[in-house]
Amino acid sequence: MSIHFADKALGGFQRSLELRAKRVELLSQNIANADTPNFKARDLDFKAAMASAQTQFVKTTHTGHIASAPGGAANGEFLTTPLNPSADGNTVEIGVQQAKFGQAAADYQATLRFLESRVSGIRKALRGE
Amino acid sequence: MAIDSLFNIASSALNAQLTRMNTTASNLANASTTASSEATAYKAKRVNFESIVQEAQFDGQDFKGGVRIGDIVSDQTPVPSLFDPGHPNADANGYVYGSNVNEVAEMVDMMAAARSYQNNVEVVNTAKQLMLRTLEITKA
Repeated sequence: MSIHFADKALGGFQRSLELRAKRVELLSQNIANADTPNFKARDLDFKAAMASAQTQFVKTTHTGHIASAPGGAANGEFLTTPLNPSADGNTVEIGVQQAKFGQAAADYQATLRFLESRVSGIRKALRGE
Repeated sequence: MAIDSLFNIASSALNAQLTRMNTTASNLANASTTASSEATAYKAKRVNFESIVQEAQFDGQDFKGGVRIGDIVSDQTPVPSLFDPGHPNADANGYVYGSNVNEVAEMVDMMAAARSYQNNVEVVNTAKQLMLRTLEITKA
């Protein structure tokens, strides 16, 4: 019950915040491995990840049910295509990754702002102000 | 939680880049080292990076997708030899063996390592900001 309450009250922003954090993490891995030979840069497709996060809510309550939760492949992660090839097989282009990292950090803060306004709204409602 | 793993990822990269800078410093310091045989001559050292696999555990905590030093190998470029019979390191034939360090390449490598280091410092700063902003949600 409490989970459903959080879902409704927070408007799904808590899940969206998780995914924003996930993207920041993936991009930071790319930046950390900017000099690692054969490292393949990854990114998160927010739309696909959000869609798969939402469909995970269908539960299997009977042995005959087929689980709808997608596996690792459908979680929105994908390998980025580099603009230019590199000799050592590394697909991290540091400038691109930095730009994406900045954007992901801003997205995270934006989602956080939405979540914050939700929380303060709930707080106001509880206080009866 | 994803944001705190940023610190682990970035710090592993800081560590790796620092090792690379140390190696470069060692190469530069030994650029004019001489030896009396080809085998004992100083060979430039190179670090190989490898990414840490997702499932690896580090000190009991989840340590995902960072980078570490795979191994440090010696540059196999032939060392230069110089005919200098008066040199204290000269061998029986009067040859002295220098190191195969390429100073220009080392300087460039050091700059690249320093830039990568800065990138990761920036990641740590951003992670810190995001974390502090997230804490502020309790004040909303």
